[in-house]
Amino acid sequence: MDVLQEIGSSLRNGEDERVAELTRQAIDAGMPVGEILNDGLIGGMNVVGDLFRRHEIFLPEVLLAARAMQRGIDLLAPLLIEEGIPSAGKVVIGTAQGDLHDIGKNLVGIMLKGAGFEVIDLGNDVPAERFVDAAVEAGAPLIGMSALLTTTMTSMKGVVDLLRERGLAGKIQTIIGGAPVSKEFADEIGADAHGYDAANAVEQVKALLAGA
Amino acid sequence: MKDILGRVRAGEILVGDGAWGTMLMARGLEPGQCPESLNLTRPEVLQEIAALYLDAGAEFITTNTFGGSPLKLADYSLEDEAEEINRRAVEALRPVVGDRALISASVGPTGKILLPYGDTAPEIIADSFTRQIGALIEAGADMICIETMIDMREARLAIEAAKSVSADIPIMATMTFDPTPNGFFTIMGTSVEQAAAGLEEAGADIVGSNCGNGIEKMIEIAAEFRRHSRLPIAIQSNAGLPENHAGEIVYPESPEFMADKAGRLIDLGVSIIGGCCGTGPDHIRALRGLVDGRSRGQQPR
Repeated sequence: MDVLQEIGSSLRNGEDERVAELTRQAIDAGMPVGEILNDGLIGGMNVVGDLFRRHEIFLPEVLLAARAMQRGIDLLAPLLIEEGIPSAGKVVIGTAQGDLHDIGKNLVGIMLKGAGFEVIDLGNDVPAERFVDAAVEAGAPLIGMSALLTTTMTSMKGVVDLLRERGLAGKIQTIIGGAPVSKEFADEIGADAHGYDAANAVEQVKALLAGA
Repeated sequence: MKDILGRVRAGEILVGDGAWGTMLMARGLEPGQCPESLNLTRPEVLQEIAALYLDAGAEFITTNTFGGSPLKLADYSLEDEAEEINRRAVEALRPVVGDRALISASVGPTGKILLPYGDTAPEIIADSFTRQIGALIEAGADMICIETMIDMREARLAIEAAKSVSADIPIMATMTFDPTPNGFFTIMGTSVEQAAAGLEEAGADIVGSNCGNGIEKMIEIAAEFRRHSRLPIAIQSNAGLPENHAGEIVYPESPEFMADKAGRLIDLGVSIIGGCCGTGPDHIRALRGLVDGRSRGQQPR
């Protein structure tokens, strides 16, 4: 098994020390940093996302894998900057106002960072104004929102409406996610995309920013 | 009246109450506001909701303390007021509930994830539950309702905390399951069989499920509990999975639909039937009608 495959399988097993060790090995062997990131860490996390979606593994395994991935990314991050690999773009993320569940949002944040995005995480219970202000301030073209409660889903509409109100619709796009959130709901409130899980959210973000 | 365990063991079916969150929102709870903070500021709202559920035929009324653990209240910087918030929740209900019904003290998840998956040590969670449940019992709660649990270990810590405060307070413990191709599991990976065994071992008197994906799935979950547990079973279902109708969140299952399906729960020997998200007084009234009809039918004169 080559080292990148082994990074992927160690990540699936949640072996954070092993992932760090293998990432270090790959770096020392002179492998391109982008390749370690994409084929090792991100590839491994995509598999974890698939297994979770198919109910073959549960949240504890995903959390351990995410932590292991973070260990690898911590090693790669300085090298990515050094090599001048450009940021894939800026994304502002947070949970919707009233919602304090952040497992999903954190997972998306880790995977976005892994995919080379600069992530501005506003945390939990974020009011619409703060989402929009933060995106404007950072010059981020994308806001990602998550809600786990049905009662807080509607507050995501507030962000979409506020962007329109301020004439920012189209300049700053929106992606939403969370257990009760569907593609239909995203369409209905006028969000630009819906990520049905963390891995899909990253794909959707890439597509949105590529199209922007 | 008070002896809930004696009643359910004798075969009585009790009707619980329905959702609180939506009822609070309809009475001024703002998005982003801590629901439990109303215990301090607007006890009359709690009394109004309790009266609606009592009139609908609920035999126990749930306290507004689902997020009342100090760990959860810390999200709103209210952790220092945890005892007060929990105490007042029980005290507000007592004048309305009196002896007509039981006060069931709600204890929900702390929102923290235990080590090694998350960053919280079991002692921290145990301490948080002990503070909350201590205040609830001291204020006169008739039973403890540990609910919406997804992590077996956290559920056990809550049950053990209740036991440490009072050796004889009745404990109902319910978890929330999702359907998967391999059966029902919590998102943390606990099966119904594991839940039935783990909850009983920790000391729960009544086990079961709440929240979830609607009454039809709950019937399957109840059947599985029946297979794996001899304890009384409690089922408090959502009115289905929420749907979005033109920006309004709607729970699809009507009171009639729910009560019609809930007949199966009685067939399965479920002891406690109530509602969760999306249910209101009309759902409880319909369930009351079902249970009353069945009890009459089952007793030949």
